[in-house]
Amino acid sequence: MAENGTNGTNGRGYVGTRTIRPDGVDKVTGRARFGADFNLPGQLIGRVLRSPHPHARIVSIDTSRAEALPGVKAVITRDDFADQPSEFIPAGEMMMNYKDVVRNVLAREKALYEGHAVAAVAATSAAIARRALKLIDVKYEVLPHVIDVVEAMKPDAPLLHDDLFTVGVEPKPDKPSNVAKRVEITLGDIEAGFKKADIVVEREFKTAPVHQGYIEPHAALASVSEDGSTELWCCTQGHFIVRAHCARLLGLDIGKIRVTASEIGGGFGGKTVVYLEPLAIALSRKTKRPVKMVMSREEVFKASGPTSGATVRVKMGATKDGKFVAGFAELKYQAGAFQGSPVQPGVMCAYAPYDIENVKVIGYDVVSNRPKVAAYRAPGAPISEFAVESVVDEIAKKLKLDPIELRMMNAAREGTKAAYGPKFGPIGLEETLNSIKKTEHWNTPLRKWQGRGVASGFWFNIGGETCASLTINEDGSVSLMVGTPDIGGLRASLTNVAADELGIPYEKVRPIIGDTGSLGFTFLTGGSRSAFSGSMAIVEAAKQIKAELCARAAKLWELKPDQVEFANGSVRALGAAAEKFKPMSIADFAKIAGKTGGPIGGYGRINAQGAGPSLGTHLVDLEVDPETGRVTILRYTVAQDAGRALHPAYVEGQFQGGAVQGIGWALNEEYIYGEDGKLQNAGFLDYRMPVASDVPMIDAILVEVANPKHPYGVRGVGETPIVPPLGAIANAMEQATGIRFTELPMSPPKVLKALKEKGANGKT
Amino acid sequence: MAKHHIEAIVNGDPVEFLCDTEETLLDVLRDTLNLTGSKEGCASGDCGACSVTLDGRLVCSCLVLGCEVGGRRIETIEGMAEGERLHPLQQRFLEHAALQCGICTPGFLVASKALLERTPEPTEHEIRYWLAGNLCRCTGYDKIVSAVKDAAATMRKG
Repeated sequence: MAENGTNGTNGRGYVGTRTIRPDGVDKVTGRARFGADFNLPGQLIGRVLRSPHPHARIVSIDTSRAEALPGVKAVITRDDFADQPSEFIPAGEMMMNYKDVVRNVLAREKALYEGHAVAAVAATSAAIARRALKLIDVKYEVLPHVIDVVEAMKPDAPLLHDDLFTVGVEPKPDKPSNVAKRVEITLGDIEAGFKKADIVVEREFKTAPVHQGYIEPHAALASVSEDGSTELWCCTQGHFIVRAHCARLLGLDIGKIRVTASEIGGGFGGKTVVYLEPLAIALSRKTKRPVKMVMSREEVFKASGPTSGATVRVKMGATKDGKFVAGFAELKYQAGAFQGSPVQPGVMCAYAPYDIENVKVIGYDVVSNRPKVAAYRAPGAPISEFAVESVVDEIAKKLKLDPIELRMMNAAREGTKAAYGPKFGPIGLEETLNSIKKTEHWNTPLRKWQGRGVASGFWFNIGGETCASLTINEDGSVSLMVGTPDIGGLRASLTNVAADELGIPYEKVRPIIGDTGSLGFTFLTGGSRSAFSGSMAIVEAAKQIKAELCARAAKLWELKPDQVEFANGSVRALGAAAEKFKPMSIADFAKIAGKTGGPIGGYGRINAQGAGPSLGTHLVDLEVDPETGRVTILRYTVAQDAGRALHPAYVEGQFQGGAVQGIGWALNEEYIYGEDGKLQNAGFLDYRMPVASDVPMIDAILVEVANPKHPYGVRGVGETPIVPPLGAIANAMEQATGIRFTELPMSPPKVLKALKEKGANGKT
Repeated sequence: MAKHHIEAIVNGDPVEFLCDTEETLLDVLRDTLNLTGSKEGCASGDCGACSVTLDGRLVCSCLVLGCEVGGRRIETIEGMAEGERLHPLQQRFLEHAALQCGICTPGFLVASKALLERTPEPTEHEIRYWLAGNLCRCTGYDKIVSAVKDAAATMRKG
């Protein structure tokens, strides 16, 4: 059998085109069902009681008065969940420990942050559930709290966990602390590197924790029957992961739980963990009625994962020609109440865009009385790379070098040995720098109080366990099923691939996201993996279908297998037999499937390997208002290596959306705590995410340096775009004001203060 | 307290419902009338995901009480397409890939329609300021602005 169409060059050519998303009509008409849109007959409403204290021992919980309220059907507390042993397991780009997860879903010995779940109720109405929460009597012994990461590292800081001993230091500490671990990577000899340097720049940076800010709050609807069969509908980036977590936390067989992912209203990493899901199941198990739970926005801010705030010290050395010879960094990342900040990827990414012989990066994972962090788009990387990109800019200024040229001179390229381990294959950083340099944007003059900044960024991307099925329907149309929720155009991207692979019209492929009972274990939508891995699994499934069709044709035509081939949606006979037999289309086979061996389908089950890193470079112009300190983004250009864009519009969308999230991180977003350890801005009014009038059009330049390990050359694209904006904006701020801002966000009060200190704003 | 009995017009159809005083129009639309196209992102009027029009005026339905809408005309996302024909805004949102996750999309469409009814030829600046009450976390707004501009051009041509 010969086959065409697997490399994307011989198919009908949907890959790389801007097809209309198959789920689009549902989403513009209000039909699409998101997490909170599901209801079941007889359902109860579940609500969570949360700790008002940032740190308190839970002496007792008396639920009797709540349980006595008419309409209350169940109350659950820590006693409804068995404790879990301490054991670290990989969870995508992060690590997790069920001992901590069980404590995060419902507090056990202590409440560790304001908003920490303490109990949950299920009642016949939301109003009754709310009243019941007030009747739960929790006795707290309030403890001193610590919010700041540097404070939390001090020896006399309030201790969150008395069994937490720093891992990764010698000798092993004999006293517990809030420092969960120390990690380090080294390449070459950092001291020798600094000796070679003609200039050394050292700076300390501080970033605030920011929330993923998905517009859809967490929601779950669970229904447990008398025999323990459990159904769960929820908004998640990975329903197979939800199933695994719930089974573990509730002591259920995985096979008894069926999880259906609703449409998901944004996640950005924040919907890779469980909050309400195990509670809804536990309440439903107790009541044998469906239980629906939806978080309020305040709960989302207070009790679901933001990403770390951090303190970062960077020291870089370069020769007078601009060659980087040494890169050192020390990162202290907030983990929230339980260990597991993204400091490891932060450490690995810090210098990844550059070819430097001598690198040393140290990271600390630090707990404090804040909500446990969750993944957020390229977890950890924006923080460390912001610091490095700021110092790179300063080196360029000191050496009077063009910042793009300086980056070009030091850019990681194919064959560069990254400080975190591997030797890079083909990567596209130089191409993104070149395309930025060529833009009209780069060459436009600026006025007073305006600044232009550039920064690059790196993210690894991942593959992982992935299933996809393709089923030929009776009329020759195709059902495509994958197990990764479609968070931003995945169905369109994968339908392009399936249509090309099978040589059929795009409209003939109907994609759905299958539930956990319909496919084998599929890792979540995250790590920029869903289009990368999903398309690989589809190629595999299509290969099986093509082989099957060729085999059936050979049998029908009484030819040898190598006398037929699949091309452009049909099987045809080769050589002399070509004139004898009319080529058969997929629809032709579908019609006679019953007579030729039964239903036709392919099932790709892979552990996707070979995810290629994606690098990008951002260019920003901004203007500072010296009267108010407000910063206006005037112009923005993103160039990023997509490997190959399966659907250019949704790739551009990733670039644009990531850039604007980065703008928010750089300029306005932050968790603001009072002295009392309570969050003061748990709402969209005071947690200020960018709105349409805050930003300009975001020009997106698609760079395509094919990933040789993927059949279409694809790289993950979703995460890298949030990495460069922080540095690019800080660099532009320096040009606009002459001030090197080292603390995020660069919000109006902070900018105004800095201008006043410098006496700069008097000169307008 | 007894529930309020309310009669109103939703997407051109007469409806009647009972609601508690504290229930918002959004609660009524989603929980009582099963019109779940309007979304709750914040319940405080900051995200615009619940945008509807009330007698032609754009409002956040989470900031209106159900018992306030007696005798009034409400338009939601569910009433935007006409039969099999999508509204030009809906069509252009699809063509421009102006949605990623889609949770904010109903709100943006309802708000954009209200804009174009007042301002058939909006500038980019006018679009951005009109839509400043609608949060989108996925797209960076670029493709939304393009889609609204393009839809406005289509609608002016009739």
